[in-house]
This record gives sequence, structure tokens and C-alpha cells, in this order.
Amino acid sequence: MSAVGAVETAREERGGRVSLALSDSWTMTRRELAHWARQPVQVAVGLVFPVMILLMFGYLIGGGREVEGKYIDYLVPGTLALTMAFGLESTMIAVTQDLNKGVIDRFRSMPMANGAVLVGRSVADMLQSAVGLAVMTGVGYAIGWRAHASAGEFLAALGLLMLFRFAMLWIGIQLALVAGKPEMVQAVQILVWPVGFLSNAIATPESMPDWLGTVVEWNPMSRTATAVRELFGGHGAGAGHPWAAVIWPLALLAVFFPLALRRFGALSK
Amino acid sequence: MTDAIVADGVRKRYGEKAALDDLHLTVGHGTVHGLLGPNGAGKTTGVRVLTTLLRPDAGRATVGGYDVVRQADQVRRRIGLLGQHAALDEELGGRQNLEMFGRLYHLGARRARTRADELLERFGLADTGTKAVKQYSGGMRRRLDLAASLITEPQVLFLDEPTTGLDPRSRAEVWASVRSLVGGGTTVLLTTQYLEEADQLADRISVVDQGRVIADGTADELKARTGGDRVDVVLRDAGQLGAALALLPIDVGEVSVDADRRLFSAPVADRMGALTQVVRALQEAGIEAEDIALRRPTLDEAFLHLTGRSEDAGADAVRAGEAV
Repeated sequence: MSAVGAVETAREERGGRVSLALSDSWTMTRRELAHWARQPVQVAVGLVFPVMILLMFGYLIGGGREVEGKYIDYLVPGTLALTMAFGLESTMIAVTQDLNKGVIDRFRSMPMANGAVLVGRSVADMLQSAVGLAVMTGVGYAIGWRAHASAGEFLAALGLLMLFRFAMLWIGIQLALVAGKPEMVQAVQILVWPVGFLSNAIATPESMPDWLGTVVEWNPMSRTATAVRELFGGHGAGAGHPWAAVIWPLALLAVFFPLALRRFGALSK
Repeated sequence: MTDAIVADGVRKRYGEKAALDDLHLTVGHGTVHGLLGPNGAGKTTGVRVLTTLLRPDAGRATVGGYDVVRQADQVRRRIGLLGQHAALDEELGGRQNLEMFGRLYHLGARRARTRADELLERFGLADTGTKAVKQYSGGMRRRLDLAASLITEPQVLFLDEPTTGLDPRSRAEVWASVRSLVGGGTTVLLTTQYLEEADQLADRISVVDQGRVIADGTADELKARTGGDRVDVVLRDAGQLGAALALLPIDVGEVSVDADRRLFSAPVADRMGALTQVVRALQEAGIEAEDIALRRPTLDEAFLHLTGRSEDAGADAVRAGEAV
């Protein structure tokens, strides 16, 4: 056996499977970070877009909203949740692009951990969303939003948003694996918008027709937005079951996480 | 010791179409084996099965003695793959790519780095700096791709149409790299549509058509199967081709005619005897020849003969008997 091969075998004996899987996942995460470093403009545009939504609704459309309390306290948590929901789209685009590149064949012909490609994707997307949340709350603060919350409540709110993003991430991965082709991404993009806005992110369900209000209440994203509003405080609309903001994303993950992993493993059919 | 690559009755269907239909293949250690066949013959599907990218429907295949389905991880540690399309991260630079692959082969960070440097140096890519691969020329990309498939000094290297779409200079570079690898004891399975490539690089050739191996042997053996030597005759006047063909002995076999070049080509059994016979017959009939040459058949002719696709390929092959 060659010298290089010997090094590899030694490391594998020392490390064991789990540590190899972790190291592969970290390598794949670094790959995504290296992509960011090479495309700072694209990353910046990704961050600016949700800020634009926030400003657009805050200033242009939101002036006359009839909400209890300050509309900005209603809007900021809503747009944070909306940004997490739209993450589905960016995850799907990234995975679809990867699958349609030759490099995925090389990864699959190498002795690396099977799911490392997906784990790398997840970590990178979660990091990007964390940065996105920081920017959004910063801009929110600048335009007059205030969190009336303890540090614990503040972090819990961010945690719920990230949990929701994590669920969206695995839905995005599954959709990319099922659809496969870039053309399908467009179809999903078109669908994500109404689903995102069919929520209480921007407007209260009470301001809508009954049937629409009901649909909106059922949207998992509404649950996250409501729970986050309550944790941030300052807005009275305490409609409900904060646990739903934990249960919904977990339920979605319970379905889509195993589906996506299985689908990825089955690519070689 | 078992052979480096064995495929035993491998089948793979896509819907109605059988991409691999009972493929049998044996490749000895340290040899270069060519899989030669037209587009859609199943060459790439075969490589994808052998490199664990595709699960066969039936049959068994081993690489380095390990089963490609049940021991995929063992196989993956021992192979390198140069696919038809560049398997590189186009957004990253050459060094970034090689380092990443090195880490994924579990070389460790430091070894991955030095290995990347070695390979960049060896393939003349050391001065590419941080330039993204998508800005590379086709030849540079191919060399980096080849470098990436050599990170662990694989026992078995798969090259799937390694020079398709390359200019002649880049092609020669890839050929030179492959030759130097073989010197180091690597087993190579090479697929190609170019007969010249198989002729240049491969110790043995399997001709693949419609998902199965239809002929197998060295380039010389395959050439010999088309019926030995050929005599090429170029006439001064294309109008005399018919008359010239009528003079040929009945037993010459398959004659090909190219009216534009005023040429006909016939396989002959007895080299010198046939040459003098043709010259004399043409002289007696008063047909002027510009050029008469005796030559070995090309691998092209062997290939067309074996696949029975001479009409498809556009050559005007006619049975000597019919022409007379």
C-alpha cells in the first residue's frame, strides 16, 4: 500500500467513525465558508433583501396598521420569522446547484461520511441565518423597535427562530433532492411567497376574513412569530400556545430530516 | 491475487433501455484497459457501477478484490475517478480544491496541504494562485481534475473519456500523464470513443456495444480480426472505379470505396501476391493508378467491422461480390 494510504488507515484506526464524520462535515462547512469569502457581494445581497422587506412594511405600507401597541413591535418579529421561512428557498437553490455539478460525483466516489455534504450545508445556512438575524434586529433597533425582554427571553426568541429555520432547511434539502433540476426551484420560489405571507408576519389574522384568518393561524410560521412577539414583549397580542412554536418545527423535522437523509443515500439508484 | 477489476454479468436498466446488458470484464493488475465504444454503448454506466456511484440491478463487480456494492467504502479508498465532466468545485481555486479532497480522504490537514502542493507542481498548476477553477482553460481544468483523482495514489484509476472536448495539445498532455502513472504500477480503466486513444494507451481493449463486450484483445489482435492487411488504391479517374473493382479477385472480402478521393480499399490475404496481382490487372486493363499502398488495418476499421455499423459511420462499404 502507498504511503498516503498508510496515513489514512492509521488515522481511521485512531479516530473512529464518528470523529471522521465530524471532520468530513467540518471540511464541507469550510467549503461553504470559502464560497462566501469568494462571493461577498452575493452574501451581502442575501442579507439586504429581508432588511428591505422590513423597511418596506415599516415605512411604506405599515403606517396605518391597526394593531394593538406599536406596529413596529409587531412587524419586527414577523419579518424575522418570514426571513427564516424564505431560507427554505436559499437552501433549496444551493443544494440543487450542488447536485447538478460534477463535484458531487467526486464526493460520492470518496471514502467520506455519507451525509457530510448535507451537514456542511446545514451548518453554513444556520450561520448565515444567525448573521441575518443579527443584522435584522440591528436595523429594527435603528428604526425604533425595542425588545422588552430579559436576556433569557431574548435568546429564547432567537432560539425559536433558528429552530424554525432548521426545519425550513431540511424541507429545502428534501425538495431539492426530489425536484433535482434548477427549473423546479422557480416553481418552489413562486409557492414560498404566498405561504410566507399567508401568516401573521405582517398583518393580524383578526384583520382578515374569517376563513383566511383560520388558515393564517394554522401556518406554522405564525406560531413562531407569535411566540417570538411574546418573548420580545411590548406587544399585547398574546394569542396562544407558545409550545406550538417548538412542536411544529420539531414535527416538520421528524418528517423531513429522515426523508432527506434517505433520499440522499439513495441517489445511487 | 485476484484481478484489479472484475465485472461478472453486470446489468443496469433505465426504464426500457438496458444500459448494461450482461457486462463481463477482467482487468489485470498494473495494466491499462480500454473500453471502446460509440456514444450510448454503456461505457459511462459501467464506470459509474465500478466506482460505486451506481448500484447494478444484477451481477457482481469487484475492484481491488472488494465488492462495489457491499464493500463500497473499501473500494472508494482504493480508486481515483476522472469523470466525463470536471468533478471540481468551480468556485474555489486549484489548491483549495485539492486540499479539500485531501482532507476528505482523511490525510490530515498538514498532509493534505503538502499533497496539494506536490500535485499542483507535478501538473504544472503551481502558479495558478487563488484563481477560481471556473476561470481555468479546458486543459488546466482537466489536469486539476486528474490531480484530484490521484490524491491518494489510487490502486485503480478510472478515466471516463479523459480527453473528450480537449484540443490536441491538452490531449497529448493528458496522455503523457496517464503513461507516467502506468509506470508507477497503477491499474487504469479508460473509456474512449477515440480509437487512436485506445491504440496509444491501452494494453488490452474491450469493444463495448449496446451494454455488452463484443470483442476483447490487444489492439493488434482486434486489427487482425478484420481480415489482415489491406491494399489501398487511388485511381487517376474516379469513373474507372467500377471497372477496377471488377478486376479484383472474388475472395477479397469487404471492399470500401471513397469516390471523392478516387480510392478503394480491400482486405487481402497474401500480401505481396495480392499487390503484384492488383498492379498487373490494372495495367492490363489500362487503368491508371496514382497510388497503391499495402497497410495494416486501422483500429477504426476493426471497430466498424466488429460493431457492424459501417453503414452508420457513412463509409461506402460494399460486398466485393455485389460490385463485380
